[in-house]
Amino acid sequence: MTNPEGRFGIYGGQYVTETLMNALIELEAAYKKYKNDPQFVAELNDLYKNYAGRPSLLYYAANMTEDLGGAKIYLKREDLNHTGAHKINNVLGQCLLAKRMGKTRVIAETGAGQHGVATATVAALMGLKCEIFMGEKDMERQALNVYRMKLLGADVRCVKSGTGTLKDAVNETMREWTNRIADTHYVLGSVMGPHPFPTLVRDFQSVIGKEVRQQMMAKEGRLPDYLIACVGGGSNAIGLFYDFVKDEQVKLIGCEAAGEGVDTPRTAATIATGTVGIFHGMKSYFCQNKDGQIAPVYSISAGLDYPGIGPEHALLHDIGRAQYVPITDEEAVNAFEYLSRKEGIIPAIESAHAVAYAMKLAPTLPKDKIVVVNLSGRGDKDVAAIARYRGVDLHD
Amino acid sequence: MTDVADAFKHGKAFIPFVTAGDPDLETTKKLVEAMVAAGADLIELGIPFSDPIAEGPVIQAADVRALSNHVTLDEIFAMVKTIELPRPVPLVMMTYVNPVFVYGAEKFTKKAKECGICGLIVPDEPYEEKAELQPACRKAGLKLVSMIAPTSGGRIRMIAGEAEGFVYCVSSLGVTGVRTSFSNNLPDVVTAIKQATKIPVAVGFGVSTPEQARAIAKFADGVIVGSAIVKLVAAHGRDSVPYVSDYVKSMKDAVRSED
Repeated sequence: MTNPEGRFGIYGGQYVTETLMNALIELEAAYKKYKNDPQFVAELNDLYKNYAGRPSLLYYAANMTEDLGGAKIYLKREDLNHTGAHKINNVLGQCLLAKRMGKTRVIAETGAGQHGVATATVAALMGLKCEIFMGEKDMERQALNVYRMKLLGADVRCVKSGTGTLKDAVNETMREWTNRIADTHYVLGSVMGPHPFPTLVRDFQSVIGKEVRQQMMAKEGRLPDYLIACVGGGSNAIGLFYDFVKDEQVKLIGCEAAGEGVDTPRTAATIATGTVGIFHGMKSYFCQNKDGQIAPVYSISAGLDYPGIGPEHALLHDIGRAQYVPITDEEAVNAFEYLSRKEGIIPAIESAHAVAYAMKLAPTLPKDKIVVVNLSGRGDKDVAAIARYRGVDLHD
Repeated sequence: MTDVADAFKHGKAFIPFVTAGDPDLETTKKLVEAMVAAGADLIELGIPFSDPIAEGPVIQAADVRALSNHVTLDEIFAMVKTIELPRPVPLVMMTYVNPVFVYGAEKFTKKAKECGICGLIVPDEPYEEKAELQPACRKAGLKLVSMIAPTSGGRIRMIAGEAEGFVYCVSSLGVTGVRTSFSNNLPDVVTAIKQATKIPVAVGFGVSTPEQARAIAKFADGVIVGSAIVKLVAAHGRDSVPYVSDYVKSMKDAVRSED
C-alpha cells in the first residue's frame, strides 16, 4: 500500500506508471543510503562551497527598508550562486546521487531555463550526458537560457504539446524517463512529482533556510519574523521554510503567480484558484476543471507558470502553517524594476513575486520586525521579457 | 451481466482501444459497435485527458481532438449508455486517475457501472496507490485492471497475485505508440505473470500488425491495440468506421489463428 514516507498528510504519493515504480524505489533506496553517508555529504558540501559559492549572502537591504519605512528587509542572495539561482543546490545533490547509482545520463524539465541551465552545468562538470525538455513557448521567452544550455553541451528538446510550458515539459521528461530508465536519472527540478522527489529536493534545498538561521543569529541575534519566497512547484520556498517550520513564531509566506489576476483564467495561482487533484505523480492542489482536466495556466514568469504546487506546501497551507498569496504580473514587474533601482539588484521575475509581497507587507510592520525575502534567482534572463512587457523592443 | 473475464472465454482475445469523443461521441459509439461486430472481445474506451503522460503522440493527439470539442465525462457516460452491441462484450474505461478522483471515485464508478462499464484501467495508479480507487471500484462492482511492465521484475508476483479481471502487460519501455519490436523479456514477463495468477494476460503498447498480434498471441491470452486504430480515426474522422472495422477483423483473425 501507499508508502507513508511519501505522504505529507493526504498529499504526495507515487501516482506513476508501473514502468517507473522500480526506478523510484531504487532512487529512494539510494537516497536513504547516501544522505547520511559522510563521504557523500562531504563531497556535496565541498561542491556547495567551492563550485556553487555557498553560503549565499544574507544581505540587509537598507535602501529598500528605509524607503518602505517599516520592517527590516534582508535578501537571501540565491541569485549569487553559480548559474544564478537556487536550482544548483538540488541539481548538485541529485547528480551526485545519480553518479553513485551508476547513471550516465540525466534528463530534466525546465520552465524559465534556470533548472535546465543548472542541470546542464552540473552534467558538464560530472561528465554526464544531458537532455533538457523545454516548452516551445518558454524557449521563445527564455532564448538566452536555451543557448546557454547548448553551450554547456546539453541537448535541448522542444516540447510542442499542450501549452508549450513547464507542465508539458514535465510530461515529456516523464515520458522520456519511461522510455529509458537503465542509464538515466530524471533530475526533477522542484519539490513535486512522485515520492521520493518532494522529500529529496526539499532536503537538498533546505541548505537555504539553515544558512539563513545561522546568518540571522549572527547579524540580529534572533530569528526572523517573516520568510517570503515565490512558489511555482515550490522548491526555493520549501528550501527557505523547512528549517523554520518548527519555529511557530516565524511566519512563512509563499507568493504564487496570479498572472493577470486570480479572477481571470490567465493565472497560475494554484492555492488561490485550484482544487485537490492527482497529477504528475502526486496528490496536491491543481488548477483544473470539474472533470479533472488540468487548466492551461498563465504567468509572465516561465518558472512559476505551472498548474500545481508541491505536496508539502499543500499540507502547510491546509494546517495554516504557511500562507500563500497571489501576486500579479504587474506587481511582479513593478518589484523587478523597484529592486533594480533601489538596491542595484536585478531579481529573476520569479523572485520578483516575493519582492512584491515584501513591498506590500513591510510598510505595515513596525521597524523592529525582520523580513527575509528569498531572492531565488537573478534577472538577467528576464530583461528582454520585461522590456517587451513595457513595450520596448530590444534588438541585440 | 457482462464481466471482464468473458472476453477471454472464446479463445485468444483481441482488445481494441478508441478515445471517447474523437472526433465526436457519435462516431465513438459507431466505432465501438462496429469493432464488436468485427470480432473485438473487449473494448477499451479511452477517457480523454489534458496531460496523458503514458501516451505517445498518436493518442495524445486524439485526446486533444476530443477535448477541443469540450467533451465531458457526463456526455461520455450518456453516450456509453446508448451503445447497442450486436453481442455482449465487456467494455472497460482507460482513464488517468485525476478525472476519476476529481469527479469523485464513488460517483464515477457508480455511473460507469450504470452505463454498462465493467472495469477501469488507470495507468498512473500503480499497486502502491490502489487504495485511491479500489474501494469505490469494489463497491460499484467494477474490476480495477493491474498493469505490469518490462521493468516490474520482483514486483510481478505482488501485483499479479492481487490482480483482477485480466493483467495488462506493457510490451515495452516508454509510452503507447506503434513499434517495430518489443522488450526482449516480454515472453518471460508473461510467463512470470502466469506463474503468479490464473487470470488472463493481455499485452498492449506498440502492437499494430497482424504478424505482431499473432506472435504475441502465441504466449499471451489477448492483444491490445490502441495507436494503430486511433491513427485510422485521425485519418478518416467520421468516416473511419469501415476502415477500423476491416482492421479489427484482420487483427482478430490473426489472434484467432493462435487459439
